[in-house]
Amino acid sequence: MSTLAWIFVSTLVVNNFTLVMFLGLCSFFGVTAKVETAWRLGLANTFVLLITAVSAWVLNTYVLTRTPFLRTIAFIVVIASGVQIVEMAVRKHFPVLFRQLGIYLPLITTNCAILGLALFQTSRHYTLVEGIVFALGAGFGLTLALSLMASIRERLELADVPAVARRMGLVLIVASSLSMAFMGFAGMGSGQ
Amino acid sequence: MTAVSAPAEPLVPGAPPSATLAQDVWRGISRENPVVIQMLGMCPTMAVTNLLANGIAMGLATTFVMVGSGLFVSLFRRYIASEVRITSYILIIATFVTLADMILAATFPTISKALGPFMPLIVANCLLLGRAEAFAAKVGLARAVADGFGMGMGFTVSLSALSAFRELLGRGSLLGVDLLGPRYEPWVFLVLPPGGFFALGMLLITVAWVAGRRARRRAKAVA
Repeated sequence: MSTLAWIFVSTLVVNNFTLVMFLGLCSFFGVTAKVETAWRLGLANTFVLLITAVSAWVLNTYVLTRTPFLRTIAFIVVIASGVQIVEMAVRKHFPVLFRQLGIYLPLITTNCAILGLALFQTSRHYTLVEGIVFALGAGFGLTLALSLMASIRERLELADVPAVARRMGLVLIVASSLSMAFMGFAGMGSGQ
Repeated sequence: MTAVSAPAEPLVPGAPPSATLAQDVWRGISRENPVVIQMLGMCPTMAVTNLLANGIAMGLATTFVMVGSGLFVSLFRRYIASEVRITSYILIIATFVTLADMILAATFPTISKALGPFMPLIVANCLLLGRAEAFAAKVGLARAVADGFGMGMGFTVSLSALSAFRELLGRGSLLGVDLLGPRYEPWVFLVLPPGGFFALGMLLITVAWVAGRRARRRAKAVA
């Protein structure tokens, strides 16, 4: 049990996927203009992460045992189909959200967080339950990072910034400070 | 050169305007630089640029995949149905990434180990899918290869600049060779994750400043 709790906390804050491991930065910079859209995309990502964790475990245990070199290709195909399913579901049940997310919904396929989760899960030899907890931690961590960034950017809209930093420059410096804040959790890992 | 104020749209409809091969190559390095202007492929940009050797290796590996996938996407552009095109492009890209991964592991095992999962993660670099969709699928072989090479080189140049900055100030060395001597107190912050965001932010601000100054000077020359 403590292993599971540790996996969850460590992926949620200590090794936050976005701010410490640099996974999923495209949506981190692309969809964080509004808090509402940001956390919803985070939850959509969490769902895809869960599907991916389960399918990656199935692939690793039953299918890819003799052909590890096909891993990258097999993972990406599974992810692409998973995203397709989520996209159809969101379009049918949440048409407003579908329009807000726009190109970033299909782009979850090329969100490195998803493929990264499958690859890290493989290299750390997680079991099915550990993999699911890992995916939940990663997904909530992603949602947390996206919402934090979006709420800061909403305030920045009204700030008077030097002209050279007005576009992505300032956003990156803000991301740097956020990442520094998350580095504060790093000490939690030393006891393990 | 108003590139900073108007970033290039990665997914433009219709065929790209005609240009010579040299222009196709040069555009990726300068006006449509993937990192500084288009902000594509951010994850490897920040994750592996704490050492110059890693930055160069990642840039060259991405160039290899860009050229290979550009070649094959352009070659099969008449046979790929538009409904399944994204999946087909991803498959072509994943094949070349697997190749690059195996070649790197066989030739430079240390760098391959340092890059770890970020090597197979090239598949998820939006730059590759973006260029396949926006450019390679709409032009002939030679132009697709030239564009892939240019974009890859632009990526390599930006990654090298970023990682040279971070390694020199963060460790006092370049390519593992100690340059600043034992009395230099390393700016460790730069090789840690927040340093990646900070270095890229500084790079973008510098580029914006240079572009703004050039625009002002040109305006003065006209007036």
